[in-house]
Amino acid sequence: MTLTRRELILTLLGAPALLSAGCSDTPRLPPAGELLGQSWEIGHRLRDGFRSQPSADQWQNVGVAIIGGGVAGLSAAWRLKQNGYEDFVVLELESQPGGTSRSGRCDLTPYPWGAHYLPVPLAHNRDLIRLLDQMGVVESLADDGSPVIAEQFLCRDPDERVFVEGEWIEGLYPAKGATEDDLAQLAAFRKEIDRWAAWRDADGRRAFSIPIRHSTDDAEVLKLDQVSIAEWLRQHGWTSPRLHWLVDYSCRDDYGLTAEQTSAWAGLLYFAARLKEPGADHQPLMTWPEGNGRIVAHLADQAGTRVKTGMAVTQIRPYVAEHQTTNPGEPGGVSPRTIREHNVRELTPPGSPRDLAEGDRLEVLAFDTASEQPIGFRTKSVIFTAPQFLAPRLIDGFTERTGRSAEQFEYGSWLVANLHLSRRPRESSFPLSWDNVIHDSRSLGYVVATHQSGNDHGPTVLTWYHPLCDDDAKAARQQLLKATWSDLADLVLTDLERPHPEIRSLVTRLDVFRWGHAMIRPRPGFISSRQRREAVLPDGRIHFANTDLSGIALFEEAFDHGLRAADEVLVSLAPNP
Amino acid sequence: MSEDSMNRAPLFLLYLNVLIIASCGLVYELLAGTLASYLLGDSVTQFSLVIGIYLSALGAGAWISRFVDERLARCFIEVELAVALVGGLSAPVLFLAFSSVGAFRAVLYGIVFAIGTLVGLELPLLMRLLKDHLDFEDLVSRVLAFDYLGALFASLLFPMFCVPRLGLVRTSLLCGLLNAAVGLWGTYLLRPLLSSRGLSGLRGRACLVIGVLIVALIKADSLTTLAEEHVLGDPIVYAESTPYQRIVLTRNAKGFQLYLNGHLQFNSVDEHRYHEALVHPALSAVKLPKHVLVLGGGDGLAVREILRYPSVESVTLVDLDPGMTSLADRFPPLAELSRSSLKDRRVTIINEDAFLWAGRNVGHVSNVPANSSSKASVAGHVENVPHEKFDAAIIDFPDPGTFSVGKLYSSRFYRMLRAHLTPDAVISVQCTSPLVAPRSYWCIVKTLESVGFQVRPYHAAVPTFGEWGFVLASGVPLPERLSLSSELIGPSRFLTDNILNSLFDLPPDLARVEAEVNQLNNQVLVHYYDQEWGAMK
Repeated sequence: MTLTRRELILTLLGAPALLSAGCSDTPRLPPAGELLGQSWEIGHRLRDGFRSQPSADQWQNVGVAIIGGGVAGLSAAWRLKQNGYEDFVVLELESQPGGTSRSGRCDLTPYPWGAHYLPVPLAHNRDLIRLLDQMGVVESLADDGSPVIAEQFLCRDPDERVFVEGEWIEGLYPAKGATEDDLAQLAAFRKEIDRWAAWRDADGRRAFSIPIRHSTDDAEVLKLDQVSIAEWLRQHGWTSPRLHWLVDYSCRDDYGLTAEQTSAWAGLLYFAARLKEPGADHQPLMTWPEGNGRIVAHLADQAGTRVKTGMAVTQIRPYVAEHQTTNPGEPGGVSPRTIREHNVRELTPPGSPRDLAEGDRLEVLAFDTASEQPIGFRTKSVIFTAPQFLAPRLIDGFTERTGRSAEQFEYGSWLVANLHLSRRPRESSFPLSWDNVIHDSRSLGYVVATHQSGNDHGPTVLTWYHPLCDDDAKAARQQLLKATWSDLADLVLTDLERPHPEIRSLVTRLDVFRWGHAMIRPRPGFISSRQRREAVLPDGRIHFANTDLSGIALFEEAFDHGLRAADEVLVSLAPNP
Repeated sequence: MSEDSMNRAPLFLLYLNVLIIASCGLVYELLAGTLASYLLGDSVTQFSLVIGIYLSALGAGAWISRFVDERLARCFIEVELAVALVGGLSAPVLFLAFSSVGAFRAVLYGIVFAIGTLVGLELPLLMRLLKDHLDFEDLVSRVLAFDYLGALFASLLFPMFCVPRLGLVRTSLLCGLLNAAVGLWGTYLLRPLLSSRGLSGLRGRACLVIGVLIVALIKADSLTTLAEEHVLGDPIVYAESTPYQRIVLTRNAKGFQLYLNGHLQFNSVDEHRYHEALVHPALSAVKLPKHVLVLGGGDGLAVREILRYPSVESVTLVDLDPGMTSLADRFPPLAELSRSSLKDRRVTIINEDAFLWAGRNVGHVSNVPANSSSKASVAGHVENVPHEKFDAAIIDFPDPGTFSVGKLYSSRFYRMLRAHLTPDAVISVQCTSPLVAPRSYWCIVKTLESVGFQVRPYHAAVPTFGEWGFVLASGVPLPERLSLSSELIGPSRFLTDNILNSLFDLPPDLARVEAEVNQLNNQVLVHYYDQEWGAMK
C-alpha cells in the first residue's frame, strides 16, 4: 500500500501538521536533494541466500576480523591497537565507517547523519575518558577523576528551545501555560529521579549506570523493566500532560520509542544515569558540527587502512582441517578450489562450539562492492558488531550451536534529513539554539550544524530527526522504503513550516536518509530478558559487540561492548602461561 | 460663469483647501531642509539653499500660471495631483537617492524646485477660480490670510508632531495624500467648472495617486518602523537592514547617533571621550605599537584614534558587517567624524564574524595539549600561525545582549585571540557599564583573568552612555603608570596624562562583585546582562 501525501503526513507527523499542510498536490520542493540509505540491496540479497566464493588469490590471513565499522567495531579496533595488537581488519559494508554515527559534509560545514552528541562521562567511565583525552577534548581531570572538558567541545549556549503555541521558549520543558500542578508534578518527578541517582546497592553500584553493565542487578530495580515508563508515571499519580510529553520526547529522542513503549528501567536510566549526584544537573553534552562523526573520524583514523569499506560480509564459517591441502604456496595452505567444490554445510555439519574453540581458524567471506569481487579472510578470531538478527544469517551453524535466537531483538527505523539553508529563518522569540524541538510534532525537531563552530549568520545546515515509533517496526520500515524523495522532502518541510513559515523559500538542498534498523528498542521486558543477556556470550572464537546487546542504542554502550569484545579476543589470543 | 454655477455653501471649504495646500507646501520645504541638513550636515547652508530655491520656484510657478488661460479648474486639479505625487514621494525618494545615487544634491534641489513651482502655481490658479465669486479685496485678504495661517500651522505641527511621531518619510507621504485628497475632492467641488469630457479619467488619476501613496506608506515600514522612530526619539536620517543587523542613524540639533539593532553605539557629541578611553590606555601601555588589531568598531572611530600614532604600520579591522564598515561612504557626516580613517592605506578591513576569524589561521589553539607535559601552559599551544601577530588589540564589540555577541566575550574567544598577539601585547575591551551592570562588567574581567591575562579595570564618564567600563589586559604585567605618547598626532579632547591615570581609580560604587567565567557552554554573561539591563527598563 502506498500512502498519499496527506496520509503520510498524518502517520508520521500527527494531526497538528496536517492542519497546516497545504492542500496542494504539488507542494513546493527544494531545487536539489537525494534519497540516501543503507545498502539495502546487498542486505536483502544476503537475506535471500546470496553467497560469494573468493578465487584463490583473493584470500588473506589476518589475526582478527571485525565485522562492522560502526562505533562498536571501531572501538574494538581502537582497543586492540591500544594494546599493541595491530593484526586486524574492520570490514564495513557502507562506503564510509561510522554506522549510525556517520556524517556528511558540504562546503560550509560538516553535519551529522545520526548520533550527534555525547554526555560528558562520569568518572567511572575511564576508558571513554581516555579516548576523549586522546582526541584532545579533555583539559584535565578533577580530583574525583571526572573529566574537565575544553569549553569549545561542550554544547554552546543556548543549547535547546521548544516551540510551544506559536513561540520558541528556552529549554525543553514546555513551561509556557504550565499550571501549578504541572510544576509540582515536575518537581516531584525530579525528586524521584534524584532518589534514583543517589541509590546504591550493597556493592556500591548505582541503580542506573552507563554503560549499563555497571548497574545493579538488584531485583527492586530490575523489576522496573516490566512496565512502561508512562505506566510508571501513572503509578506515581503523575498525569501532567507536560511531564508526560517531556518523558515521551526523551524516550523518542534516545530510544526511538514513545513513553508507552519504553521500559521504565530504560526511561529512568535516561534521567538518572547522567546525574553526578542528586540535585546535580544532567551531565553537559559534548558535540561537534558533524555530531559523533567526529569521534568516528578519530577512531577510524586510529585504525587507518585496516578499515575496509564497501565490504559486504556474506558468511562466517569455521575453517576445518579437511580444507587443508598440501599446497604450501596457497595462503594459509588452503586450496580455494577445494572450498568451492564443496558444499560448506556438508563439510561443517552442526558442530559443537568446541569445533571453533580448539585453535582452529575461521573464514570470513566478503564481497567487495567496489571491485565486485568476492574476498576471503582467514582469521583467528572474529568480532561480530553487526546487529544480532544478522548473526544466524551470516554465521554458519550459529543457531544450532548456540541455541540462541534474535526473535526478541526489535529494531526501530529513523528518518533523518539535512536541510541546506541560504540563510537562517527570521524569528523573534527565543533565538536559534543547537537543539530545536517542536512541541506538538512527532518529529524530534532539528539541530543546527553551524552552532558549535560559532557561525551565527548566513547559510546553515539543519539536521532533522524523526524516529518511527510504530508498534509494528517491520511494517513501518516497509512503508519507509516505498516513500519517494518528494514524499519525504515535503514531509520534512511541512513539519518545519509551522515554526518557520518561510522555510520552503530558504532550502537550497534537502537530503533524506532512511535508516532501516537504526536502533534496538528497549521495550518492557527486553533488557531483563535472558535472550539479551545470553547474546553477549561468545560463540567459540566469534565475539559479539553492538548496542543491541545492551538494549539501548547509546554511544557509550557501543564503545563498551567494542572494548569488552576486544578484551575477550586479547585474552583468547594471549599465549598460555 | 454665473454665480449660480458654483454653490456658495462650500466656499469656506475652499478656504480649507487653501489652508491644506499652504500647510503641505511648507511641510515639503521643511522636510527637504531637514533632510539636507541631516544628511549633508551644515544646517545653515542647507536651509538657506532649500528656502532660497523653494521661494524662487514659487515665483516661477506664479509666473507660469499666467500662461494657463483655459480649463482653469482642470489645471488646478492636475497641479494638485502633481504636488501630491512629487511632494508626497519626496522624502522616500531622497532617502533612497542618498544611499544609491551619487548626485544626491542634484536630486534634492531638483525636487525642491519642482515642488516649489507646482505649489507656486496653486494659489494664482485658485484665486482666479474664485475671483468671480468675491470682491478682489475680499479674495486677496482671505486667501492670503489662510495661506499664512496654514504656514503657521505647518511650522508648529512639523517639529512638534510630524518629526517625532511620524518620522520624515511618513510625514511626506501623508502630506501627499492630503494634496491628492484635495485634488479628488476638487473634481466634485469644481464640477460645474469642469467639462464632462475626461472627468472620470481625472478622477481615476486622482485615485491612482492616492493608491501609489498608500502603497508607499505601507512600504515605508520597511524603511523605518513607526515604533523605531518613537523609541529612538530623534528623527531617523538613515536606516538600513543588512543581513546582520539594523543600522539606524538619528540626528538632532547637537549631533548624530548610531544605533545597531536599537542599541546606541555612539553619539557624535561625546564619542571622543569613549574612543579616547578605549584606545589610548592600551596603546600607551605598548612601547611602540606597530600592528594593531581592532575587533568590531566598524564605524572607524577607534581606528581614527589609532592612526594618531606615527609608529602604527598596520591596522587590521575585523567587523562582521560590510554595511557598517562602508557606512561612511553613504553618510558623509560619519566620514568627517572618523576622518575617513577606514580609507587610510594602513587599514585592512576584514568583514567576518570575529569568532570565526580568530579561530581560523591559528592552527591548533588549545588549552588541551595532546601530551600532558605542556598542560601547564596557560597561553595555549599554537602551531602554524601564518600571519603577523599584533602588538595591541582594541575590542569594541556591541554589548553582550545576545548569544551571538556573548561568544565574543567568552574564555574560548580570548584564548583564540591570544594566539594572534605578541607575548607582551596589550588589549583593551569595552565592557558595558560597571554601574548599571556590575556583574556583567566583572564577569568580563574575570573571564579575561581565567585565560591568564593580567588585567587593569578602568572607567570613563561618557555623558550619553553614563559611567562606562573598560578593561586593559595583557599576558605580561601592565605598567603602574601610563603616559600618552608625545608623538601623538593632533590634540586629545578628553585625555591628559593625569586623567588617563585617574581612569584606573575605581570609586567604591564600582567595586568588584562576584561573577562566573563566561564560557561558550554557559554564556553567563548574556544572562547577567539581560538581568541587569532588563531591570533598568
